Amino acid sequence: MCTTCGCGDETNTRVSTLDGIQPIVEHQHPHDHAHPHDHDHPHDHAHPHDHTHPHDHDHHPATITLEQNLLAKNDLLAARNRGWLAGRGIRALNIMSSPGAGKTTLLVRTLTDLGGHLQAGVIEGDQETSLDADRIRAVGRPVIQINTGAGCHLDADMLQRGLDALDPQPGSTVFVENVGNLVCPALFDLGETAKVVVISVTEGDDKPRKYPHMFMAADLVIVNKSDLLPYVDFDVDECLRQIREINPHADFLVLSATTGDGLAAWYAWLDGSTSRSNSLTESLSDAH
Amino acid sequence: MHELSITQSLVDAVLERTGERAVTGVNLRIGPLSGVLPDAMRFCFDIVSAGTSLAGAQLRIDEPQGLGRCRSCGTEFELEDLILLCPCGSADVDILSGRELMVISVEVA
Ligand SMILES: Nc1nc2c(ncn2[C@@H]2O[C@H](COP(=O)(O)OP(=O)(O)OP(=O)(O)O)[C@@H](O)[C@H]2O)c(=O)[nH]1
Ligand SMILES: [Mg+2]
Ligand SMILES: [Zn+2]
Ligand SMILES: [Zn+2]
Repeated sequence: MCTTCGCGDETNTRVSTLDGIQPIVEHQHPHDHAHPHDHDHPHDHAHPHDHTHPHDHDHHPATITLEQNLLAKNDLLAARNRGWLAGRGIRALNIMSSPGAGKTTLLVRTLTDLGGHLQAGVIEGDQETSLDADRIRAVGRPVIQINTGAGCHLDADMLQRGLDALDPQPGSTVFVENVGNLVCPALFDLGETAKVVVISVTEGDDKPRKYPHMFMAADLVIVNKSDLLPYVDFDVDECLRQIREINPHADFLVLSATTGDGLAAWYAWLDGSTSRSNSLTESLSDAH
Repeated sequence: MHELSITQSLVDAVLERTGERAVTGVNLRIGPLSGVLPDAMRFCFDIVSAGTSLAGAQLRIDEPQGLGRCRSCGTEFELEDLILLCPCGSADVDILSGRELMVISVEVA
């Protein structure tokens, strides 16, 4: 295990059932919980065993060419997830933020407000506990908790296992709450339909500059806890300006998940009816 | 951070090709915009490769320059980080290089 980075290997990952039952990992239970291994593990990428095995004489020093992307395995699984989702008309939204920005609060509020108008399930990613899944289950929605142990992000394999367990309805929406972390989740494509990045006003408006990979990957950036704007030094326009430097195309919303301010625009975005926030884009060009 | 799981993918990808053969060198290409720090990779490599046929292999990391092209004015310029701002003021920039995160080749004994 890596002491600086803290990423564990995937054997630590635990995926709950819909009933919230956590698999027991300590004493190797004989795999009573379903292990749907119908999804092939990525043994399909090229196995070019042509020139690398000189079986005539014993091994001479040699150079073997690989020319392979290090994220290739994850990207392949992500592509598989994308196909699986598209085939069922399911939309998966990968919600990312630093710890405590308000992802679960926003999801609970959204599921409560939209009620039967939005058929949705949730996959919760946390290092430990099922606290967030419990909050979703309390509002009566199907939810799967993935505990990554030492791992600090979800990857495509975990999402696949989460989807297997959640078994979402065709045409529905799956909210995937990633592990609270603005660094690692940015690099791991899950095969999601869109990436939503949440920052809260108490974190400071310099986050896009400090974590450019996350903001570059975003399809939508939500500034949450707008109710606290009077108390903190957070310049919304400055934040949007920084986002535009690295991502000219992301949508941008400002809201409060607790007071409900600005939520209408988020619900409109979920409806697929909104485009970029014009007023903010205008205020940005005014500043120039 | 994520360097450990990426290093694990590196070791897996190499082992898949080299089998039992002792690996003496690993050649990577990591761009400045890849989101991966070469030094963190080196640190993780020692840990992840321990006990495998890659243990002790020399890790050589080629760090290419980041290069962008402005979609508004066509200028090509160096990118040191992900702040994609053309000298002309436009932020609509194509990344031509710098996001590489690849294992190029390995040397086996
Ligand atoms: N004032 C205010 N507080 C909020 C708002 N949204 C969330 N919070 C509070 O912020 C804290 C963290 O909220 P969570 O929803 O648990 O945050 P999270 O992003 O899911 O956190 P992790 O899953 O731990 O990464 C809670 O105390 C919330 O009540 C908001 O809009 N305004
Ligand atoms: Mg949460
Ligand atoms: Zn990580
Ligand atoms: Zn330009």
